[in-house]
Amino acid sequence: MPVAGPRRVRWGVLAVFLTPALILLTAFVIAPILGTVAISFECKHGFCLKNYVDVITQQSPDLALIYPPGFGGPPPWGALIHNIVWILIHVPLTTMLGLIIAYLLKDTLGGSFIKSIIFIGMVIPMVVGGLIIRFMFDKYVGIVPKIFQFLGVKSLAITWTSYPQTALIALILGSVWLWTGFSMTIYAAALETIPRDYIEAAKVDGASERQIFFKIILPLLKPATLVVVLMTILWDLKIFDIVFVATLGGPGGASTVMALVMYMYFARELDFAKAAAVAVLLALLTLIPGVYMARRAVKG
Amino acid sequence: MVRKSTIRAIIVNIVAWTIGFIWVLPFIGLFMTSVRPYSEVVLKGWWSIIGAHFTLKNYYEALFNPFYNLARGYMNSFIVAIPSTIIPVFVAALIAYAISRFSFPLKSYLFLTLVLIMAVPQQMSVIPLFFMLRDMHLLDTLQGLILVHSSWGIAWIAFLLKNYFDMLPREVEEAARVDGASDLQVFFKIVLPLSLPALASAAAIQFTWVWSDFFYALVFLISPKNYVVTQRIAFMKGQFYVDWGLLSAGSILAMLVPLILYAVLQKYFVRGMVGWTIKG
Repeated sequence: MPVAGPRRVRWGVLAVFLTPALILLTAFVIAPILGTVAISFECKHGFCLKNYVDVITQQSPDLALIYPPGFGGPPPWGALIHNIVWILIHVPLTTMLGLIIAYLLKDTLGGSFIKSIIFIGMVIPMVVGGLIIRFMFDKYVGIVPKIFQFLGVKSLAITWTSYPQTALIALILGSVWLWTGFSMTIYAAALETIPRDYIEAAKVDGASERQIFFKIILPLLKPATLVVVLMTILWDLKIFDIVFVATLGGPGGASTVMALVMYMYFARELDFAKAAAVAVLLALLTLIPGVYMARRAVKG
Repeated sequence: MVRKSTIRAIIVNIVAWTIGFIWVLPFIGLFMTSVRPYSEVVLKGWWSIIGAHFTLKNYYEALFNPFYNLARGYMNSFIVAIPSTIIPVFVAALIAYAISRFSFPLKSYLFLTLVLIMAVPQQMSVIPLFFMLRDMHLLDTLQGLILVHSSWGIAWIAFLLKNYFDMLPREVEEAARVDGASDLQVFFKIVLPLSLPALASAAAIQFTWVWSDFFYALVFLISPKNYVVTQRIAFMKGQFYVDWGLLSAGSILAMLVPLILYAVLQKYFVRGMVGWTIKG
């Protein structure tokens, strides 16, 4: 029997399959998204861009997006800058670590056990993840400051999340610990799809292990790398929970992020229009990796 | 003489197990802190086990002290997470099947919309939803939160299931249709049973995400009696004094449910994660 392509069906049948999803999506997903866009342009007299101008030029350290006073020194920088710093440190670290670990664990005794441990970071609530980060960097009970104390580095034998110089970097390092499970899993799955013959053939031709890794394996992993990088960027842009519980953006705005600034405008300032403007800016940023992934997905 | 490859294997194993140890260390620390009196942990450190005293007091406090009442939070989290898993998986399966098998106008736009929704941050929806739920008298109710979670789960689950349906062989469905089965019968009696692994993946991940959600709960649940688990442990932390004994016990309780689910359904978690992202 020839395999049929998509079929035309009666409207009634189609309605049964589509309606429940369309109702929920329209009411609770699409309408609120459009609503947020509309609110972000709302001013006393009709529509305007003032909310955007205000949130972008905002200088209060705990709400600023890009332009707090003293920019260039230690944090606080703006929340958007923090997100970008986060991406610049987190993405390469977590991608490389995930790849190295996935590659090492292929030939390790009990490798799948270690894999399931590392993946746990993806399963636990991020609120707990944030608390654990704070815990690990706590002066009294955390192991990181203890190690620096042991090494004699007094300046780092502190509660990292309580000082502007270290709060952001503590969160970023913690996020590497939480998120590497994802990149490792994607790489492990991709590594499994590489045919053994390729590697055997290269070995027969006298290629060294290093050559095999860089010339054969790495190029074949390109699609996986793309997925890991895009998803990690998305996650870093949306990051909220771990910041909320570990530092609440503090001290003095040294670890604010876009999503948290949006919440601050919404829940603390009760300025819904500005909160909406920050949300729209954040959504525009997530659309960059989002559109890229959508193009890949639609192409099939 | 020891062969070079043996030495290499030993080094790889040592490095790998060291990495594994580093990764699990925070959990060990958290656990050790949770089962000992906090005064002792502060004095000696959770890593020193000589003369350690063990107690479940922290857990008891976290669960039943009326200030924290994680027991109530547990109940609320289950009440939210179970329907917020069943509803979107079912609804998304329907629309995913239609996208996979039927041809209809605007189909490619519908699919594109679903994919784009997956990238939209939660912050983009809460302000209008807050007022909508208020007008529907669903603000500060678990039902309202269920509606929001269910709706926002549809897009990614539909995407995952559509990919899965695309891979299913169509011969069985065609044969059933020739024998006079309707589209709905084919869907319920043939496609859904064949898709159990994908449905399990979607359900496991969606449940975990809803259980772990903090932002929606933070915005939509206002009275402390309605707080879910994640909210309760987030507010357990004092601003200046931090009782890590209590917090660590609370953290462990909060992650216990997803961890058990993960231990039982590990295969489905990993497959879902991979299938959702790679086979785009």
